[in-house]
Amino acid sequence: MPRAEGNQLAKSSPIKAWAVNHARTLIASLGTLTRQPASSFMTIAVIAIALALPSGLLVLLNNASHVSVGWDNSAQISVFLKASTSEKQARSLVKKLNLYEDIENVSMINKTQALKDFSSISGFGDAIESLEKNPLPHVITVQPKVDPTRPDKIRHLLKQLNELKQVELAQLDLQWVKRLFAMLEIAQRGIWIIASLLGIAVLLVVGNTIRLDIQNRREEIEVTKLIGGTDAFIRRPFLYTGFWYGIGGGLFAWLLTSLSIGLLDGSVEQLASLYNSGFQLRGLSFSEALSLIAFSCFLGLGGSWIAVGRHLSEIEPS
Amino acid sequence: MIRFDNVSKRYPGGHEALSNVSFHLPRGEMAYLTGHSGAGKSTLLKLIALIERPSRGNLLLDGVNLSSVSNSKIPYIRRNIGIIFQNHHLLYDRTVFDNVALPLIIAGFQHREIGKRVRAALDQVGLLNKEKADPITLSGGEQQRVGIARAIVHKPGLLLADEPTGNLDPELSREIMELFARFNQVGVSVLIASHDLDLIKQMGNPVISLNQGALEHNGLATAGESEHA
Repeated sequence: MPRAEGNQLAKSSPIKAWAVNHARTLIASLGTLTRQPASSFMTIAVIAIALALPSGLLVLLNNASHVSVGWDNSAQISVFLKASTSEKQARSLVKKLNLYEDIENVSMINKTQALKDFSSISGFGDAIESLEKNPLPHVITVQPKVDPTRPDKIRHLLKQLNELKQVELAQLDLQWVKRLFAMLEIAQRGIWIIASLLGIAVLLVVGNTIRLDIQNRREEIEVTKLIGGTDAFIRRPFLYTGFWYGIGGGLFAWLLTSLSIGLLDGSVEQLASLYNSGFQLRGLSFSEALSLIAFSCFLGLGGSWIAVGRHLSEIEPS
Repeated sequence: MIRFDNVSKRYPGGHEALSNVSFHLPRGEMAYLTGHSGAGKSTLLKLIALIERPSRGNLLLDGVNLSSVSNSKIPYIRRNIGIIFQNHHLLYDRTVFDNVALPLIIAGFQHREIGKRVRAALDQVGLLNKEKADPITLSGGEQQRVGIARAIVHKPGLLLADEPTGNLDPELSREIMELFARFNQVGVSVLIASHDLDLIKQMGNPVISLNQGALEHNGLATAGESEHA
């Protein structure tokens, strides 16, 4: 058939044409979005708010676990000695415990001293003086070396201490820390559930936006099919639009999360200073922010993929 | 180029739009397709453009049997066809240039090449100075010519036109038909559906006419039986 010479030569190589086509569509779909700033912004804002909520909650939760990890490290074992143990025996036990590998620090609370302190602090001074015998035992407080990866070490140490013959009871009071961790765990699960639901919401929002977009561009789709546009070619601008919604929503969600953390930080610092702590809220780390944006981008692409799959095949030229 | 071999098209409702149509449009030939509205002209063009599939019979385009073409191959077959519609089907959200460039973008032409070819196509239809215009600001005849520029910009082997002069006055209609004749002179096969019998007579090309879905007159019967599609 008489075609102009070089018709094929003027075409780029398939791979280059493919890449050029993608780059062109990427930019063009961004251009389309910026030409309707109000509606694009609203879609992006909806995505951002839906994602900022769980990510903000996760940041707060991470901060809470960060604080409580410090408490875990301050675990302390109280070793109550048998009432028959003399002060001398107690002191030699302290020396012995000091040599233990798993022990950071040992100190002793003398029972005479303890009674004195108790009577002055509690205000039961008269009642206590009337006691014939000091009811308190000597107490040794043991600061174990904490290896967060080996919680079994502390339990092992506790067992060893309980087996010593002068020891009545060695007690590790970590129950409340465990409860706190359990609560944090529940909170974390709750946040993941919220995040999943809101993630689905984002998927639907993007899907619906793209669906409307497809309907508005029906004419363009028909014409493109008639002049030889492949399904992939027609799909592409919509997928990239979803991609941009995702990226925009992710960036905006990051901004919202950082702003909210910034607003809370002042009050948290004030509270921390009341506890003589230099604690500061930590916002999203760079890698967390990147994951947030990547997740959002994934949702944007996913939403548009669903819409395109469902609605593009309905449009055929007639 | 186009060979219909006992082609019938029955729509789901039972209406038979084409029955046992056979003809052969040789490569490089230009022909008119006439008939009353409802005679099956549009259906015939739709079968060639793969918008519809034949219910019976064989339809060969450039040697390819269109009855057995898979859906994923359709775009590539359409790229060798330029289609011109009565109502232009221009996209009003972009300039004349971008409308005409669409087939080249789809086919993956290089940027510089696109500019060159779009201007050449616009020059051929006499609209070179309108490349930056919005299609909506153009007259009906000008819009039709933009549609033609879009149909020929990628140098297809076949041009199909469905009532391209339907909304135009006689003088503009004649200009459009002469434009098609010029493309035909450089070797493009052309099939134009039209009911403008006076104009067709003036142009002097073979005529195929349909009546209620059946072939009534085949002006191509003697023209190109020697050539194979």
